[in-house]
Amino acid sequence: MAGRRKARFQERMLDPSGRSSRPALVQDHELRARLLRRSLLAAIVVLMTMLALAGRYWYLQVPKYQQYVSRSNDNRLRLHALPPSRGLIYDRQGVVLADNRPAYRLEIVPERIDRSMDELLQELAQRVRLNEATLKTFRQRLRAQPAFTPVVLRYDLNEQEVARLAVERFRLPGVEITPYLTRYYPFASLFTHVLGYVGRISAADQATLDRQNYRATNYIGKSGVEAYYEPQLHGRSGFQQVETNAAGRVVRVIRQQDAISGDNLHLSLDLQLQRSAALALGDRAGAVVAMLPASGELLVLYSAPSYDPNLFINGISSNDYQALLSNPLRPLFNRALQGGYEPGSTLKPFIALTALALQAVDADEVFVSTGEYRLPNSERSYRDWKRGGHGRVVLRDGIVQSVNTIFYELARRLGIDNLHDGLSQFGFGAPVGVDLHGEISGVLPSRAWKQARLGEVWFPGETVISGIGQGYNVVTPLQLVHATAMLAARAPVPTPQLRPASAQPPTPAEPASPAALLLNGQPVQPQHWQLVEQAMVDVVHSSTGTARAVASDQFIMAGKSGTAQVYSRVQGAELLETDQRELQDHALFIAYAPAGQSRGDRALARPAIAVAVVVEHGGGGSTAAAPVARAVIENWLQRP
Amino acid sequence: MMSRALEQSRGGRLPQRWWAQFRVDGWLLAGVLLLMAAGLLAIYSASEQNLALLYRQLIRYGIALLVMLTLSQLHPRYLRIWSPWFYAGMLLLLGLVLVVGSGTGASRWLDLGVLRFQPAESSKLAVPMMLAWTLSRLQLPPGLFSVLPALLLLLLPCALIAVQPDLGTAIMIAGSGLLVLFFSGIAWRYMLAAALTGVAAVPVVWSLLHEYQRNRVRTFLDPESDPLGQGWNIIQSMTAVGSGGWHGKGWLQGTQSHLEFLPEPHTDFIMAVIAEEFGWFGVALMLLLYAGITLRGLYLAAQGRDSFARMLGSALIMTFFFYVVVNTAMVSGLLPVVGVPLPMVSYGGSSAVTLAAGFGILLSLYKHRKIWS
Repeated sequence: MAGRRKARFQERMLDPSGRSSRPALVQDHELRARLLRRSLLAAIVVLMTMLALAGRYWYLQVPKYQQYVSRSNDNRLRLHALPPSRGLIYDRQGVVLADNRPAYRLEIVPERIDRSMDELLQELAQRVRLNEATLKTFRQRLRAQPAFTPVVLRYDLNEQEVARLAVERFRLPGVEITPYLTRYYPFASLFTHVLGYVGRISAADQATLDRQNYRATNYIGKSGVEAYYEPQLHGRSGFQQVETNAAGRVVRVIRQQDAISGDNLHLSLDLQLQRSAALALGDRAGAVVAMLPASGELLVLYSAPSYDPNLFINGISSNDYQALLSNPLRPLFNRALQGGYEPGSTLKPFIALTALALQAVDADEVFVSTGEYRLPNSERSYRDWKRGGHGRVVLRDGIVQSVNTIFYELARRLGIDNLHDGLSQFGFGAPVGVDLHGEISGVLPSRAWKQARLGEVWFPGETVISGIGQGYNVVTPLQLVHATAMLAARAPVPTPQLRPASAQPPTPAEPASPAALLLNGQPVQPQHWQLVEQAMVDVVHSSTGTARAVASDQFIMAGKSGTAQVYSRVQGAELLETDQRELQDHALFIAYAPAGQSRGDRALARPAIAVAVVVEHGGGGSTAAAPVARAVIENWLQRP
Repeated sequence: MMSRALEQSRGGRLPQRWWAQFRVDGWLLAGVLLLMAAGLLAIYSASEQNLALLYRQLIRYGIALLVMLTLSQLHPRYLRIWSPWFYAGMLLLLGLVLVVGSGTGASRWLDLGVLRFQPAESSKLAVPMMLAWTLSRLQLPPGLFSVLPALLLLLLPCALIAVQPDLGTAIMIAGSGLLVLFFSGIAWRYMLAAALTGVAAVPVVWSLLHEYQRNRVRTFLDPESDPLGQGWNIIQSMTAVGSGGWHGKGWLQGTQSHLEFLPEPHTDFIMAVIAEEFGWFGVALMLLLYAGITLRGLYLAAQGRDSFARMLGSALIMTFFFYVVVNTAMVSGLLPVVGVPLPMVSYGGSSAVTLAAGFGILLSLYKHRKIWS
């Protein structure tokens, strides 16, 4: 220790400059050695540290390599689903009934906005229409989605809105205008009840659909054809593997599998015919269904009143929806499929055929109509519509003049179960199986039905009124047209379809010859078909026919009117004389053409058409409903 | 021999004479040039092949080389004489920047109209110079009473920089001062005492930190706690490094840097770009280069003619090394994110020029070593 001090002293003494302002040259060997040791120590520290750092990088880059590579790939690679474009829907002439229209939606990426969401929304509200409901659904979506994904604020911006936003986009970061395809129904309310509409995918839809395939899809068929043919119309979604930067912007596409567009649907519907039906029905509530008996192709399926399906696509406003709900005519109700009506006299041709087949009646058996009918041992009388009765009449007159007493008697002779079995052969009492959801089955009463449904025994009087299509009987317009088509074809007909087999790829199988309609296990006799057809032709074309007013000299049309009671009349009471619309009877009419002598007439060169019309509270079937049927048939047969 | 040289300098042709006297250490120069080459390569890739940016860096490298070579020819006595003045001027500027400084969030820049200047940058040289000057005038190795004034001289500028606030630079400068002390041959017991004081000071420093600085430390300790916010830089940087593997994704092929996941890929995180594109081999090569330069620098400094030269030279080269360690450790997630660029490679002018000046001083000290051997 002392030596070291002495050395230091010596160092200072030895300082050649002798001035303390100049540092000592390193001449002290001990100090030199000490400083050299420090340098050596530093060198060792340098080497060790570098080794440690190299080790650290090795640790990240070699043992942890896989982990970081996958993280780096997760960073940059994204799978974008590509929405398929929805199949279009055409009518039989190739007119587009449901189209895809390019539109723009307004989206906000919450992460990228440069002000508070409220400020931004206020700002945007000055440029685009934003109502309370829109903002409410936006806030719901905002909560449900991560902040880096675009949240839709408004769908279907109009041109001015797009222009206004496009100009100011640079100063509104996080606001995006995205093009997309939206559904568009060019004929608005004309096809609503048959085509249905698409709408935003709801939570309920989410539960049932194939999430993978709907990843990028905005709309799903909610009703009608759009819902029934959803799998065909939707197509397969594709995907795109893209490389994105940290901001989420796509830098390049790595691989892509294109979406497969949905199938275009060519429906059997006919725009002109549908339009003529709607026109003929006017502002009355009701339904018109028309089909080709030979193929089962539905030409018209119209329910009135209707509504504009375009309102529903991007979410209907609650005002619009309330208006639809509170409309007493119930526009949302699809009468063609779900409207259950008492068939009334329209059931008579079918009952006649059943009675003939079961030999419960002869073609020339004479009935005396007194305007009143009583069951044996019963006080209760059942009335004819014509006071005093029709006099001496045969079965054919029963159809032409709609003589109730004949059918009271036939029903009695057949019994309710035979009546049920016969009519069920015409498709009553069960859904016809059209390619739409929600069809009801109606009611074709029988003892078993009443026991099961009401837990009551059948009364003979109920059989009597069933003979004129009253009582428990409920049919839909679709069932009526289906049954009418059988009259026209004189055989069972293919199930009424909007997208018939003929529109699908042809199958090599030989088309089977039409099977005969069996009643009571026996094919219906040609003369029985002939009798009923002649009677129905006379309904329109004879001087005594109930629908003679709609006869055309251009074609022969077979028809039958019916009146469904809305308020059952008290026995013996006067006919309700009222102007009150809602108390008026429903008017029904079934028809087909060409019929009679013109059947098979090549000159017409048009296939036969069957039509069923219901006009709610229209009054008499022949006055209210028959003209509608005629308008449709005329349009079909007399088309150039 | 001496007199002949003087004679020649009077009568001979000057340019030849000047050229003849020009000497630098080739190894160190080569190392620096290699670093610059690596820097250009990495910046070109990290900046999305931005040529304008590359030219700017090229010009900065040119200026840096000019400063380095000029200083290398300066006699160390000038450095010594200037040290106190340099230090005083630096203190003045640091005071000034607190009053009239500019910068986002922190006032670090002095706007001189024609150029913007960061006074803290100059203290990276002034502080070690001043400490070496002070210590070299005292008895070596320094006793307790010579350490205290040196510490005071060190703490003053560090405090001024820390309140800007620029904690990273303050720490680096404190480190460079402590290195001077280390190379003065200070007794281990003082260093132990200093280390203990440092540990004890941690809670005090923590309480003085700004919230964003505390967050940086918190994030460093657990980056996954806030992966999209504060933790982002560390996670993305480590991802870039790790996904490089043995030999990397290839030059210009780094996805982390090119797709903007990596923050500031051409400045502070350029090592991550190198690691991603050239893999561990690239990293090892860079570390080898840095180690080589540092060891060469230590060797040169150890031959300094006097204690001032040795202390200053060793401290400067170790500071350079210190920067390398802090930056590479930060990029690989070993240290919190502090704004320390990778020496001579990161894009940016002032850091490169300061470092080059340091190398220039080192070369000058080495050039004029032979007086006693």
